[in-house]
Amino acid sequence: MARVILRNLNKFYDDVHAVKSVNLEIRDKEFVVLVGPSGCGKTTTLRMLAGLESISSGQVLIGDTVVNDLAPMDRDIAMVFQNYALYPHMSVYDNMAFGLKMRKVDRNDIRKRVQEAADILGIQDYLARKPRQLSGGQRQRVALGRAIVRHPQVFLFDEPLSNLDAKLRVQMRVELKKLHNRLNTTAVYVTHDQVEAMTLGDRVVVMRGGVVQQVGEPLELYNAPVNRFVAGFIGSPAMNFAPARLRDGAGKLHADASGFGLQLPADIAARLRPYTGREVIVGVRPEDLQVANGSYPPGLCFDAMVEVVERLGAEVLLDLQVGQHTMVASVEPGVAARRGDKLRFALKPERLHFFDASSEAAI
Amino acid sequence: MAISDVLSHRAFAQAPRRGAATRLLEDERWLAAVLLLPTVILLGLFIAYPFVEGVWLSVTDATVGVPGHFVGLANFTALLHDSIFLVAVRNTFVYTAVATVLKLALGLWLALLLNRHFRGKAFTRAFVLLPFIIPTVLSTFAWKWMFDPTFSVINWTLFQLGIIHGRINWLGDPSLALISVIIVNVWRGVPFYAISLLAGLQTINPELQEAAAIDGARPWQRFWHVTWPLLLPVTMVVVLFSVIQTFADFQLVYVLTGGGPANATQLFATYAYQIGVGTGLLSQGAAVSLAMFPFLLIIVVVQLLYIRRVEVH
Ligand SMILES: Nc1ncnc2c1ncn2[C@@H]1O[C@H](COP(=O)(O)OP(=O)(O)OP(=O)(O)O)[C@@H](O)[C@H]1O
Ligand SMILES: [Mg+2]
Repeated sequence: MARVILRNLNKFYDDVHAVKSVNLEIRDKEFVVLVGPSGCGKTTTLRMLAGLESISSGQVLIGDTVVNDLAPMDRDIAMVFQNYALYPHMSVYDNMAFGLKMRKVDRNDIRKRVQEAADILGIQDYLARKPRQLSGGQRQRVALGRAIVRHPQVFLFDEPLSNLDAKLRVQMRVELKKLHNRLNTTAVYVTHDQVEAMTLGDRVVVMRGGVVQQVGEPLELYNAPVNRFVAGFIGSPAMNFAPARLRDGAGKLHADASGFGLQLPADIAARLRPYTGREVIVGVRPEDLQVANGSYPPGLCFDAMVEVVERLGAEVLLDLQVGQHTMVASVEPGVAARRGDKLRFALKPERLHFFDASSEAAI
Repeated sequence: MAISDVLSHRAFAQAPRRGAATRLLEDERWLAAVLLLPTVILLGLFIAYPFVEGVWLSVTDATVGVPGHFVGLANFTALLHDSIFLVAVRNTFVYTAVATVLKLALGLWLALLLNRHFRGKAFTRAFVLLPFIIPTVLSTFAWKWMFDPTFSVINWTLFQLGIIHGRINWLGDPSLALISVIIVNVWRGVPFYAISLLAGLQTINPELQEAAAIDGARPWQRFWHVTWPLLLPVTMVVVLFSVIQTFADFQLVYVLTGGGPANATQLFATYAYQIGVGTGLLSQGAAVSLAMFPFLLIIVVVQLLYIRRVEVH
């Protein structure tokens, strides 16, 4: 058990600056997820932590030790790879036992630990098989087993579920969470799937282009994204964005966008006042767009035309044409909308997000 | 496009009149026979015929210009009492065994080095192949000069370094000649091992090395527990090819020593040539080269069985 600290971590591949000054403090027993689009440097960060990739500059601390110059085996970590990386010529048992044998653990101890891990993961019946005789989900369990028998200080996961089909992925996600609750070992988990990040992470680190955008608990990222990128990346379907101009009209602050105009309540207006006369980006989550029921103040409503209706059962997604924008609204299944309908939508002002048009930072 | 193809085929198949040739070609048995024919002729002419002829020769008493009569296994029983033949058998086994072990060790080492990332990797890989690409006779002549007692660059170097004081007669000294010949064979054979094993290494997922490194395996343990077992099937096939070639090696020894001095480097192939062509005793030469056959057969069968076992596991 240990905390992990990344201090000003950088990685250069020749002239590619893959990881840029990453600072991160992962607490003991915490499950931290690195998430971001493809190529944002998640894997590189994780591999520097594991010791598989040299560190261009900065420091990695595990526990209280700077591990920059330690070989992977001396860092007391275990890693689960995307493609499992099981030894194809060894049985499941030997795959799990390998790390313990290399560390000269007593034979009986090895048997006990492998058995224990196999019981936890439900792979007792496959111990004699070779990896190629297993399904993808079973291989994944073996890969997990190989990591947990070692009782390491830190678990590292690089997109461990991305090779599984959607249903199995959800199931394994839950099991991973349970496993972490049970073992209580510090874990760093890399994924590009924001749902995985939100469900698994005690805290989530959103990266883009080698730079950490925001670190926070899942709901913190959802409710208070620090910039437009995080706002668009977290949440599914993604947040709707529309440029709007702020205008002072009769002492009230108005936001005028193509297809709708809002009259902002006083508290928000106070925050946005410096942007009067300038363009900002308004963000609204699909689930915050609700069909207006008449009692709404007209300054927070707008009309939209329904273009596509997607009925998902628990919710209905409406693709809307609003002025020049398309927006997505997630509404209750009871809403009887059809293509071509004109509907009136209401906004909750406290659920709106505003971003600086040029820096894209949240206002 | 695809549909019209299918349609036109059908129309073709239903056409009422077809030439006899077309009908024959559409019969798969005939077509197979026709397609196989060139290969069968080539193999028959250049492999089966000489082999059968060789077997026939070995059971006659033919010499150059004399057709010869059937003498049964007399040529073979004579070989058992031929001391030179027995020396050649021993030499061939020593030559094959030592050269194979050295080639495998050096080739594997080279392949492991070449499998790393470094500048000029592609160039180096091509360079390594040189001994393999140069015609054997040509490179062997170069070696002959390097081994020459008077002009030997090897002797000169060793002398300048103060390691030796006299001349080493690499090819003339019976106790050194076989070693010298083996050195050249190893030099020539290592690239084949290196490149083949490199190809094998590249099929091994590098993540396995990383997983093993994290699991706590040191570099040689990673090699022994991960790389070697996964490379074994390729290694076995490479060794099999190489053993067959080395066992029947001729050119190299013929150019370097001609089997001498005093038969110290005489192998199956050189001895067969010396008796059959040099002396003109065709039947006995044939018997010598055929005597190689059972040995090779045993080696090949054992190796093939082993390869099967490795692949099943
Ligand atoms: N060996 C390498 N040589 C050069 N550039 C590399 C190398 N490995 C990664 N990169 C670059 O570094 C950047 C980060 O790569 P990385 O693999 O960390 O991305 P990632 O966030 O894991 O993406 P993904 O979700 O696709 O796995 C990318 O721009 C990539 O092209
Ligand atoms: Mg990655």
